[in-house]
Amino acid sequence: MPTAVESAPLPELTTDELSRYSRHLILPEVGMEGQQRLKAAKVLCVGTGGLGSPLAFYLAAAGIGTLGLVDFDVVDASNLQRQIIHSTKDIGRKKLDSAAEKLNALNPALNVVKHELMLSSENALGILKDYDIVADGTDNFPTRYLVNDACVLTGKPNVYGSIFRFEGQCSVFATKDGPCYRCLYPEPPPPGLVPSCAEGGVLGILPGLVGVMQATEVIKLILGKGESLIGRLLLIDALNMRFRELKLRKNPACPVCGENPTIHELIDYQQFCGIVPETKENANMKNGIPQITVQELKRRIDSGEDVQLIDVREPYEFQIAQIGGKLIPQNDVPNRLAEIDPSREVVVHCRSGARSQKIAEFLKQQGYPRVANVAGGILAWSEHIDPKVQKY
Amino acid sequence: MLIFIPTPLRPFVDGQDRIEVNAPSVSGALEALTLERPELRKHLFTPEGRVRAFVNLYLNDEDVRYLPQQEATAVTATDTLSIIPSIAGGS
Repeated sequence: MPTAVESAPLPELTTDELSRYSRHLILPEVGMEGQQRLKAAKVLCVGTGGLGSPLAFYLAAAGIGTLGLVDFDVVDASNLQRQIIHSTKDIGRKKLDSAAEKLNALNPALNVVKHELMLSSENALGILKDYDIVADGTDNFPTRYLVNDACVLTGKPNVYGSIFRFEGQCSVFATKDGPCYRCLYPEPPPPGLVPSCAEGGVLGILPGLVGVMQATEVIKLILGKGESLIGRLLLIDALNMRFRELKLRKNPACPVCGENPTIHELIDYQQFCGIVPETKENANMKNGIPQITVQELKRRIDSGEDVQLIDVREPYEFQIAQIGGKLIPQNDVPNRLAEIDPSREVVVHCRSGARSQKIAEFLKQQGYPRVANVAGGILAWSEHIDPKVQKY
Repeated sequence: MLIFIPTPLRPFVDGQDRIEVNAPSVSGALEALTLERPELRKHLFTPEGRVRAFVNLYLNDEDVRYLPQQEATAVTATDTLSIIPSIAGGS
């Protein structure tokens, strides 16, 4: 396997580095030259969350010379169950500052480059051009396609990892002769069909497992050693602790890496994934469902209005936090329509407003004439109305 | 044959992670799987009855799209069919 880092001459190792990396130096697959290659390497980690935390930590420890981090978020208490690069004292801090501090404490020689932004079609190519390899630790479909296309267009390998509940995926995309993310997933699922980790939950250890696999693949690409996951999709089932492997093929008709590509520049990935941008006209309306704010809901309840409020979360979520309403978990709604009065307005809520939007659309389809969704859900309620309502 | 059900689809099959079906082909197996499960059917097939573009099917470790007979490919009791979901989580 050829190395992904062509750098001549390779940087010398200092006396401190010879001592720090001695366990690498005695491995024939790494050795002096391999460690020098790691030092010369520039790796971009997109996201410093669940996958990005172990990924960046191990790459820093392994002696990668330059690590770029892309993130725009701040540390929240609910991150700490899995985002091990951040600590309790970092709650409220920028993730980039928190991560850079830990990485430099582990390895002061590491050059950390902070990109405090959301990766976009406008900035992605400019950022990627300075790196040898990209590791994708993002958490949404538009950014997955953006990272993939930017990697194909700039010729950088895309070390991919993805997680949901107890399930993970890992592969290496966008190498010269290998398949890309679009070869596997030509089209994204419609918005709302696949829940995010924030909606569906994730075992805190799982991103550790998958992120470390990504780090391993990054190191192997730099060393040019071993058999990489190019052309293979590794499936991880942490609940049963089973690993399976599937063959991936480069799709000759792939619109970005195929024989006659039709995508030559980055596109609008929100639109590609079916996400309609919010404008003034549709801010209060989503897919035909009126969105009511938590302030509006509070005002209506306070004024004594008997709001028909339906909570579509799961019973275990109900135990954590409540803002009222009848609990009908989303999958039970179709069988429990008799409990929802169609002659009155139905106001649906959940944790973040995503599941309730889906159910509101379903109720509308079922003939309920007046259905509204609580925008932002319980999280917004906790933020704007009552901080005593537990965020989770 | 054994069909592996990915996490996002398990709510439609009472939480099961694998289901045994008797079928002569890949399409027959999907038919058997979704016959009594209309919600699952909606996720896997378009209203016209075609497998949705974002649903990836693997017969053993091969992508069904690259098999010569695709969904008409014959299967035996020892084969496995995996439905590979698009998942995007990472944070």
